[in-house]
Formats: sequence, structure tokens, C-alpha cells
Amino acid sequence: MDLTMLWYLVPSIIMFAAGVYGFCTRKNMIALLLSLELMLNAADLNFVVFNRFLFPDMFEGMVFTLFAIAIAAAETAIAIAIIINIYREVGNTDINSVKQMKF
Amino acid sequence: MDSVANIILYFVVAICIVVFSVMTVISRKILRAATYLLFVLLGSAVFYFQLGYEFLGAVQIAVYAGGIMVLFVFSILLTRRPDDKAPLLDSHRRAIGISVSVIGAVLLILAVATMPLIDGKSLTTVLSEGPDVTMAQIGYLFTGSGKFQYLLPFEAISVLLLACIIGGVTVARKR
Amino acid sequence: MAPTLPILILAIPFAMFLILGIGGVKMPRKVAGTLGIIANGTLAVLAYIVAFTYFFSGSADFIIDGVRQQYQVFDVTWLAFTDRMVVNIGFLLDPICAMMLVVITTISFMVHLYSWGYMEHEPGFQRYYAFLALFTFSMLGLVVATNIFQMYIFWELVGVSSYLLIGFFYKLPSAVSASKKAFIVTRFADLFMLIGILVLSYCVSQTPADGPLGTASAFNFLMLNEQPTNVLASTLGATFMGGSILTWAMVLIFVGGMGKSAMMPLHIWLPDAMEGPTPVSALIHAATMVVAGVYLVARFFPLFCVVPDSLTFISIVGAITAFYAAVVACAQIDIKRILAFSTISQIAFMMVSLGCAYDQPIEGVHYSGLGYMAGMFHLFTHAMFKALLFLGAGALIHAVHSNDYTKMGGLWKYMPITHWTFLIGCLAIAGIYPFSGFFSKDEMLAAMFNRHWFYGVWMTMVAGLTAFYMFRMYFLVFWWEENPEYKKEGHKPHDAPWQMSVPLIFLALVSCVAGFIPFGEFVTYNGEPYHIHIEPQVAATSLTVAVLAIALAFVMYRKKNSLPSKFKNAMPALWEAAHRRFYWDEIYMFITHKIIFNGICRGIAWFDRHIIDGAMDGMASMTQWASLKIKGMQNGSIQSYVIWYFLGAAVLAAITWICII
Repeated sequence: MDLTMLWYLVPSIIMFAAGVYGFCTRKNMIALLLSLELMLNAADLNFVVFNRFLFPDMFEGMVFTLFAIAIAAAETAIAIAIIINIYREVGNTDINSVKQMKF
Repeated sequence: MDSVANIILYFVVAICIVVFSVMTVISRKILRAATYLLFVLLGSAVFYFQLGYEFLGAVQIAVYAGGIMVLFVFSILLTRRPDDKAPLLDSHRRAIGISVSVIGAVLLILAVATMPLIDGKSLTTVLSEGPDVTMAQIGYLFTGSGKFQYLLPFEAISVLLLACIIGGVTVARKR
Repeated sequence: MAPTLPILILAIPFAMFLILGIGGVKMPRKVAGTLGIIANGTLAVLAYIVAFTYFFSGSADFIIDGVRQQYQVFDVTWLAFTDRMVVNIGFLLDPICAMMLVVITTISFMVHLYSWGYMEHEPGFQRYYAFLALFTFSMLGLVVATNIFQMYIFWELVGVSSYLLIGFFYKLPSAVSASKKAFIVTRFADLFMLIGILVLSYCVSQTPADGPLGTASAFNFLMLNEQPTNVLASTLGATFMGGSILTWAMVLIFVGGMGKSAMMPLHIWLPDAMEGPTPVSALIHAATMVVAGVYLVARFFPLFCVVPDSLTFISIVGAITAFYAAVVACAQIDIKRILAFSTISQIAFMMVSLGCAYDQPIEGVHYSGLGYMAGMFHLFTHAMFKALLFLGAGALIHAVHSNDYTKMGGLWKYMPITHWTFLIGCLAIAGIYPFSGFFSKDEMLAAMFNRHWFYGVWMTMVAGLTAFYMFRMYFLVFWWEENPEYKKEGHKPHDAPWQMSVPLIFLALVSCVAGFIPFGEFVTYNGEPYHIHIEPQVAATSLTVAVLAIALAFVMYRKKNSLPSKFKNAMPALWEAAHRRFYWDEIYMFITHKIIFNGICRGIAWFDRHIIDGAMDGMASMTQWASLKIKGMQNGSIQSYVIWYFLGAAVLAAITWICII
């Protein structure tokens, strides 16, 4: 029994699908952000897997993942700053309570 | 033929990832969801180790588990009480979410399964084909400006992180 | 004649309008007033030179074998629709045009000078002068027109400037409504005039190019006036409701003149137009613009003559209007209204006179074109003495601050200049020898007796009424009983400043001597000179009637007594009806508000509101409905965006997959 590429892609896909579900259904903004991290992580995993199985003598997938982790960290920090700011204004972190910027 | 230990490790981690990622999105307590997410991230880190990217795995643990998750936990504790439960989803919304994610997953799995590039190489084979990822190589990757070297993006990321620090402070500070 | 002077005559007032209209706001009053007066003085001098050259130079352009010719100084093509339908802009010189140049520029100059005193403290002084310049320009352009279309253009311009000047005090609601009334009524009449012009030019332009009319422009006065019978022939005997097409065209054109000249039943705007500044009333609503209708008839006289029915129509309309206006003038209180009705009456006099002229020598008639000559003569003298009367009324209003004669009385010792000049004006309009009105009125009455004794008797009666109501006003204003207000300190009326007195005195002098001008030598219907001589019977009759009327007025109004109120109480209904102008305004209000507004406009408004607006509103509300329905798609919720994005991606992926397989 071999651990081929497909074996690693399937958990990544399920992780991604779970992220999509969470993003579509949750109301709390922090929960949305968690779902986002899930999706991002699935993409990262895919990068690494493709790198390893298809182009084992190169490093691009790994480098992209490194960058993605760095950017994810930055994005999360900013997003949480914004969420806290909104929380101060509105009093909760419900995504539907932010109506000022809609329409 | 991969070693049995590797296969067992794979199954443990894969089940862990699948279960905890689903738990993350269906848990009604946000702090628990964050914890489940931490497990998912750790599982991915284990996959990175297994695939031979030790540095990446370390970064994943350090940045995600050590940095981002702490941020999440702090912000959750700041914005609500830990035992607050999210309200139950209405069925309409849940149906939409499930259908979207299931359709997406099915399509992706179909796509992946029929992908012609998958030639069935095993993990052991590919690990033996490629060179080891040493710290020296990673250092060269990020400090050169030649082909397949990433000095410019590396610097850009550093500037981005700086901007992010300033932005985060500016946005979140009390007025 | 070189075209320089004629072009200047049109260019100067137009340039003044632009300069004062655009730059007037920045100018001090004195500069604007001086500019206007100097420009108009120059204009008057130029007009005198042109008229003098025309009448006395003896050039072959102007007079051949003692017959005065019509001469186009210049005539440039402006718009060419087809070969025959060509609109020109030009300058036509002929006797009536030269006379009108003199009248317009003289009165305009006098009014400019007078306004300097009268309007001195009014806001918008510069605007006032700009409008006066625009009016002068339009009126001059009207009288020198070489073709119907140019005349029509300037005719409308005259209407616009009259509208602007009546509404000069635009903060007064009465002035605003009066200006609207004047504009709408005259514009309504001009609609008929335009139809008449189109009918006429259509008939003419249908004639073959090798016919008697040749290829001349269908609008040109020279062509129309030299060949009136060919114009009649060009209508090919077409008739409409029993009249030939040409008759209808001429009657329709005359309706336009009725509007401008305030003939019944289109007279209702003129009394209201007295809301404008008094000098404007003198210039526009007494001396120049309102005689445009008379001028129009004179201009088309050869064409009117080939369809005598239209001349009869003019006479009848004029006779009715003259009598009506004279009766109404006897029962008015506002002195400007009295003068306005007197103007209507006098213009109607001219109309009757023109209608009584023939173009062919008639057996038993001493001079067939007498009516034309007399009408023009009266136009000239009337312009002078009516402007004098209006300016005098302006001086009275200036002194007493009221239009109402009940606020006046006994003014003769306070305002001697105004008193004497006003008296001269009244004597002139009443037709007392040797003032100018006597001569022109005598000729007109003679022409009417030539036509039919009925016109003569009827209009002699109107002349008597004229003398009566003018002297009624004169005595009530200057004698009757002195208003006790004058004794109070600061209320003592006094004569006007010199800017206002000079025009009064000048016009009074002209009114004294204008009658001795041998007018027949200059202006006749066919250009041949005619020696005026007084018809003794007619003169004696009209003088007797006038003197009797004046005597009656003297008895009734010289000193305060109860005679007038006895008359009034003897026939209150008649007095009330005359005072209310025989309810013409009420009739118009009834027709417009009750019948037209209710009957027609309601339906149109319904159609507009429900069908046209409804369609527009329907489109709007449909758009609104659709946007409300689909705005949920753009709801700003990132989650639904993600769902749509995923579904879209899934569809694309499915399609791609199907294609690959």
C-alpha cells in the first residue's frame, strides 16, 4: 500500500470543504476567520504536496507556503484588529450587525 | 512500498485533520472551535514533517500555533465570554452551506481523481528522488536574486509585516 | 443712397441694448442714462437725415415724375428655403417708413430724456434703458422691413420688449400678470398673422416662374404691392367658406394687427399694460408699438384693396372699437386707463380711416386715397399729442404719487408747465383748430363721409365723446376741487425737473404746429402728392361737436358740484358696465377659466398625468421594483458572495469537466 499524492489531497479537500461550510454558515466574525484559516491551510498543504510528488527536486511549493503562512499571519492580525474595532463600535462581532458599509 | 509506521501515522493524522476541521466549523463554542483549529494546524505540520519539509513544519507550528492561535484566543476572550454559545443555525442556511461545500468537495475529488498527472508514485520514492531540504538551501533561497531565488518577495513580506504591525496598532487602538 | 446711414440706424439701438444690457450693471446711473440719451439723439438725427434725403433730395431713386417710389436701400438674403421662399433682411424706404422713422426716433428720444427724471430713483435704471434701446431697435426694424418675414421677426421682438417693459416692476404681481396678459394676447393674435403670412406666401410661391410674378421672393413687399392683382390671380380662385383665399389671408394678417393695436376683442391687454412705467406707456402703448397694426394695414394696403371685403372688415372692427373705447374712457378713474382707452379709440379711428380708402379714383369722390393719407397723418399727430398726454400724466403721477384723479384736483396753480402742455394735448386730441388733431381728424372724417355717411356720423360722435372724456379728465385733474392734502407741509405738488419738462414743452410745440405740415405732399397711398384742403362742412360739424362736448365737460366738472353723481345715479347700470369695461375681462376669464380650462385642459391634463406621466412613472416604478427585487444580490454580505462564487466556480468546473470527457 503506497501513500500516493491522492491520499494527501483528500484530507486537504475535506478541510477546504469544511472551511467553505463554516464560512458560509457562521455568523461570528472570528469564526469566519477560523474557517478562512482552514481554507488557507488546505491550500498550503496542496502546495507542499504538489511540490513533493510532482517536482521533488524543486522548492517552489514550499517557498509559496512559507510566504502564505507569513501573509496569513499578517492578514489575521489586521482582521482581528478590525474585528476588535467593530466590537467597540457595535458591541458584538456578528457579521450582520455591520450594516453601515453595505449597499 | 511505504513503511507501516508512515501509513499508520498518515491515517492517524488524516483522520485527525478531517474530524477536527469538521468540528471547527460545527462547534457552537468559539473557543473550542479555535482549539480544534489548532489541532488541524498541528496535523498539517505533521504532514509537512512527513513530506520532508521540517523547516516548514516548524514554521507552521511556531507561527500558527504559537502566534495566530494566541491572537485568536485573545480576541475571542476580548469579545465574548468563553462559554457563550453561538445560536443554532437555521436549516435553510445550513442546507445552503452543506450543499455548497459538498458540491465543491465532490467536484474537487472528481477532478483530483481523474487528474492525469497522478502517476501513483509512493511517498518513499519521491522522498528518495528529491534532495534534502537543508537550512542552508533555504537560506540561499531567500537571500539570492537569481533564478528560483526569492530575495525580493522576502523583503516585500518583511515590509508587509511592518505595515501590518503599524496598521494593526492604528486600527485597534483606542480613540 | 449709401447703406451706411440705414445700417447705423439699426445698429446703434442694438449696440446700446447690448452695451447697457450687459455692462449696465457695472455702470453708474448717470453714465447709463447719458449713453442712452446721446445714442438716441444721434439716432434721431440720423433718422431725420434719412427722411429728409428721401423726401427732399429729388433723387431718381426716390421720386420719379413727382411720384414717390419705394426704394430698397439694401436687401440681403438671410435664409433661402426654395427659389421662391427666400427670407431677406433689408431696409425699405418709402413715405410711410420715412415718416415712422421720424416718429419713432423723436418719441423715443423724448422718452429717454424724460425717463432720466422720471425713473431716477428706480432700481434697475440701466436695465430700463437697455429695454428701451431694444424696443427702439425692434420698432425701427419693423418699419423698415422689406418683406413680411422680417416684419414678423421684428413684430415679435416688439412684443417681447413690450412684455419686458410692462413687467419692469417685476416685484408687483399686477405688473407681472399685466405683462403676461399683454404677451399672451398679442402672441395669440400673432398666431393668426403667421397663418395668414403662410397662406399668402404659399399661394404666391405656387405660381410658375415665367408668370407675371416672376421669380421674386414670395415675401417681398415690393413684389406684393406692385402686382396685387397678380397675387390675387396666383390664388387660382381658390375659396374657403365663401371668401377667396387672399381675403382670408389678409383678414388673418389683420388679426395680428388687431392684437398689437388693441382692437376689439383683443384690446384687453392695453389697459392693463399701464402697469408699466409711464414713459413706457407713452412710447410703446400710445405712440409707436400700438400703431404697428395701422402700419401693417398701410404696408399691405394694395393687397387689401384687391379684396375690398377685408377693408370693410377693418372699418367695422375699427368703428365698433372706437365707440366702445370712447364710452369706457368716460367712466374710468385711473388717468392712465383713460388715456389707454383713448389710445384704443384713436387707433381705431385710424383703422376706420384706412378701411375707408379706395385705391382707384371713384366717381363723385374728390380724392379716393384720402383715408390712407388721413390715417397716416393722424398716426403722426396722434403719436405726438398722445405721447405728450402720457408724459404729462407721468408728471402728475410723479407729483401726486397716484394714478387716481380723485387724489388730484386743483393742480393748475401748482404745476403750470404740466397744466398748459396738458391742455394743449387735450385740445389737440379733441380736434380744436389750430392744433394738430383738428387737421388729421378733419381729413379722416372727410374720408369716412366719402365712403358712407354712416361711418362719418358714427365717428363724429366718437370724436365728440373723445373731446368730452379728455376734458372731463382735464377738469377733474386741474380744476374741480383742490385736494386738501396739498396744504400739508411736504405734500405740495410741483412741476417736474427739466428733463421731464423739456419733452413736454417740445411735444406741445409740435402738437401746435404739426397740423400745418402739408402731409399730403409726403405720404399718400400711391406716392402722388395731394394738396390738403379743409372740407368746410365736415370741419364745422366736428368743431361744433367738439366744442359742445367741451362745454358739457366744463359745466359738469369745472367746479365741484353734484351733476356728475346725478348722471351716475340716473343710470347706474350703464355707468357700472362702462366702468368695468363692459365686462370684457370677465368674459375672457369665463371663456379661459371656465370653458377652456375646464373643458379642454382638464382632459389634456388628465391625459398628461395618467398616460404620459403614467408611462414615465411606470418605467420608474418598474425600475425601482426590479432594483428592490435584485438588490439582495448585492447585499454586502460576504457570505452570500462566497456562496455565489462557489456555485459559479462549480458550474464552470462541471462544464469544463463535461467538455473534457
